[in-house]
Amino acid sequence: MSPPLLSVGEEECESNVTLLASPSSLGSVCQNAELKERNYMGMGDHPSADGSVIPNAFDGCKITLNLRATELRLGLPGSRSPERDADFCTISSAKLDEKPFFPLHPSNDGHYSSQKIVVSGNKRGFADAMCGDSEAKFMANPEANVVLSPRPSPNLGLKNGSGLESFGSRPAKVKEIPTAQVAPEKPYSTKETQPNNGYRSNNASSPAPKAQVVGWPPIRSFRKNSLATTSKNAEEVDGKLGSGALFIKVSMDGAPYLRKVDLKHYSAYQELSSALEKMFSCFTIGALGREMLSESKLKDLLDGAEYVLTYEDKDGDWMLVGDVPWEMFLETCKRLRIMKSCDAIGLAPRAVEKSKNKN
Amino acid sequence: MDPSKSRDSAESTRVIQFPNDVLERILSLIDSHRDRNAVSLVSKAWYNAERWTRRHVFIGNCYAVSPQIVARRFPNIRSVMLKGKPRFSDFNLVPPNWGADVHGWLAVFADQYPQLEELRLKRMTVTDESLKFLARKFHNFRVLSLLSCDGFSTDGLEAIATDCRHLTELDIQENGIDDISGNWLSCFPENFTSLEVLNFASLSSDVNFDALERLVSQCKSLKILKVNKSITLEQLQRLLVRAPQLTELGTGSFLQELTAHQYEELERAFIGCKYLDALSGLWEATTLYLPVLYPACTNLTFLNLSYAALQSEELAKLVAHCPRLQRLWVLDTVEDVGLEAVASSCPLLEELRVFPADPYDQDINRGVTESGFLAVSLGCRKLHYVLYFCRQMTNAAVARIVQNCPGFTHFRLCIMKPGQPDYLTNEPMDEGFGAVVKTCTNLRRLGVSGLLTDLTFEYIGRYAKNLETLSVAFAGGSDLGMKSILVGCPKLRKLEIRDCPFGNEALLSGLEKYESMRSLWMSACKVTLHGCKTLATQRPRLNVEVMKDEEIDDGQSYKVYVYRTVAGPRTDAPSFVQTLCS
Repeated sequence: MSPPLLSVGEEECESNVTLLASPSSLGSVCQNAELKERNYMGMGDHPSADGSVIPNAFDGCKITLNLRATELRLGLPGSRSPERDADFCTISSAKLDEKPFFPLHPSNDGHYSSQKIVVSGNKRGFADAMCGDSEAKFMANPEANVVLSPRPSPNLGLKNGSGLESFGSRPAKVKEIPTAQVAPEKPYSTKETQPNNGYRSNNASSPAPKAQVVGWPPIRSFRKNSLATTSKNAEEVDGKLGSGALFIKVSMDGAPYLRKVDLKHYSAYQELSSALEKMFSCFTIGALGREMLSESKLKDLLDGAEYVLTYEDKDGDWMLVGDVPWEMFLETCKRLRIMKSCDAIGLAPRAVEKSKNKN
Repeated sequence: MDPSKSRDSAESTRVIQFPNDVLERILSLIDSHRDRNAVSLVSKAWYNAERWTRRHVFIGNCYAVSPQIVARRFPNIRSVMLKGKPRFSDFNLVPPNWGADVHGWLAVFADQYPQLEELRLKRMTVTDESLKFLARKFHNFRVLSLLSCDGFSTDGLEAIATDCRHLTELDIQENGIDDISGNWLSCFPENFTSLEVLNFASLSSDVNFDALERLVSQCKSLKILKVNKSITLEQLQRLLVRAPQLTELGTGSFLQELTAHQYEELERAFIGCKYLDALSGLWEATTLYLPVLYPACTNLTFLNLSYAALQSEELAKLVAHCPRLQRLWVLDTVEDVGLEAVASSCPLLEELRVFPADPYDQDINRGVTESGFLAVSLGCRKLHYVLYFCRQMTNAAVARIVQNCPGFTHFRLCIMKPGQPDYLTNEPMDEGFGAVVKTCTNLRRLGVSGLLTDLTFEYIGRYAKNLETLSVAFAGGSDLGMKSILVGCPKLRKLEIRDCPFGNEALLSGLEKYESMRSLWMSACKVTLHGCKTLATQRPRLNVEVMKDEEIDDGQSYKVYVYRTVAGPRTDAPSFVQTLCS
């Protein structure tokens, strides 16, 4: 790679296209790398040319993912298609270290999206009409700045907190970064939602931790806090999600106790499965620890101990999660159970075979 | 007297010598502090006449001057407005306990202005002790207005309510305070009648409704009443029938199960509000109850819906009843469609503020876009003040908007994702903001956002000749950007910058400028301690304050706050604020 280009967010296509930092892709983020006098933003490069790469890279991904949003793949690592990785890489932020110990959904070497994916769900209004641009926009997403290469090394961690620097302060540090293949360089200091100490920006309304810039967007605290209540009420009024939360029990074979999750908290199967993985990861394959990063090791593991996610519906039947649209699932699901796949044979023989074939 | 002689003497003395009391009489009619400042520069005689007749003093930066200096110059002050912390403190960029404590001022005022009647504070620290002191020491105290202040609790308000016998205005807005209980409202004396303005909308605790009702019934001059969320619709109705003379109303919660009879009563109450020209509050307002407002909207000039997450249809129906609307604040839940309705219903609109309902969720695509803004600019040609939070914008749209409304004085556009380009062309937003400054020659305040190169700032420096306030974040390419502004904008008074690549060279390019400005704020930029020290050395009449930036780990980043002052370095600076000395 040439100069310390922060190919933030671009490597994940696994095509090793090293794109110049361009305005369309995380514009302000990568600027330090250029080390040019005037062109802090790297504007001398070809914005539109570069810009066009990004959307293309992801158009396909987006469409693929849309279809797959409801399809919960319970298979082995080999069963997923390559494009899908790209999306995961794009969006994954905090959970680099966590491995899916049961393949509730295919993930990429330990990446998985823990955040809402732009394409998921029904919240895309006008942006659908400009998919390319929305991807570009998405690339500018500061949260995605913490994008890491598809082959993460353990010491990456996720330095949302202290390691990150502000926009434009230390060009020197940029040089160190590429060796780790990471570009945690951000245009501004960001913080995970920290325990509130008043001074740091706090996101009173957000349920999931999101990388957030202190004091941006510039809204006064009083208004911020009022919005938390306002938007919740708005959703209720909308009737979209009905009222309140939908807590259901989740059990896992072999785990000593059950958990409860609020289904209303998620808008797609993806999110649910990642959350469950996180929740139950301590119970699975503890012996192997979290250091397994190689694909082969993962495959071995998953071959050996597969889990599938099932649910009990209104009629009392145990069903495989992922068949029906998310909204319908919300209405019919009474409880969840993470089963060992050997027990689940009766539920979805074809799915298991499908995954075995793709191996 | 020989007319020719007097004419000669009149012509030879450039300034006509009025007897002092005549001059003072005339000058006492002048209210605007800018006019008064100008008057005081004419001659020594006018300076003296002005200082003796000044009743109200506005201090834009509490550290630019000391209370002793103020008291020495103006012996007869009855009303003070003080502003404290830098504006970015509203967004948590200034650590707590930074300063701007009003107590030092109150101590001097108690001595020099015992007749003080009005105190308006913005971004100051006010403790309960200060409030108690205020209530105790100033027997003629009438007006207390606290906006975006911190440090006090409702206990302090109790002291005000109890002891300020002539209180006419209590205005508590958007403060970071400790809301312990609503008991303060019950502390107004039984026979209290003087209140004209009561705003406690931003407090959350329940107040004693009976006390409130009694207060409202007794205060016949009450013109402005803004209650908090704890007041229900039913209670609101009871208040309204007792105060039909209200000109500004802030409702409580607008969501409650009402019987048909109660609904009718509420409708009637609003019909009785014939003088309403401002309406706010409306928490949780829904389609069900909004119609009760319609009769009261005919003369409405200000509608603040920024706490009511209305959908586009609801807004459309509401604004259809507000033909005289001049100022509108909404949440972006109304979307472009809602704004289009505004454009067709409110041709007299002058100010629009659109706040984001979900500012931290960057994955969603709800909210308003460039089309909403464009629609409003087409329908509301008098538009001159906009604050617009959006997730996408184009240069072309901005250019057309200012073409439609060239009279902008305040243009504050916040594209919420930092560094986001024109979403259609992927270009920086340079040309859009360029169009703003080129077309809007009266522009006084500008807030920029999105992907911006130095070109934006070159445009600003070249064209924005009336610009007074500029806010910049996540923008620019090099020192040249900031230089362009400092060299180019002759009327610049307030410059606040965060997360931009401007360094020492940029900072020092303003050497000739800073003394004519109120203040400069720079954080997460590229300035170093050395640059700040250089500035401090070369300009001893500026306070150059630096704070280590906690957000950035390298230990070398500073937040810099530079302001002109005649009071020297702060004496109350906390340990984390370092004033660089020459």
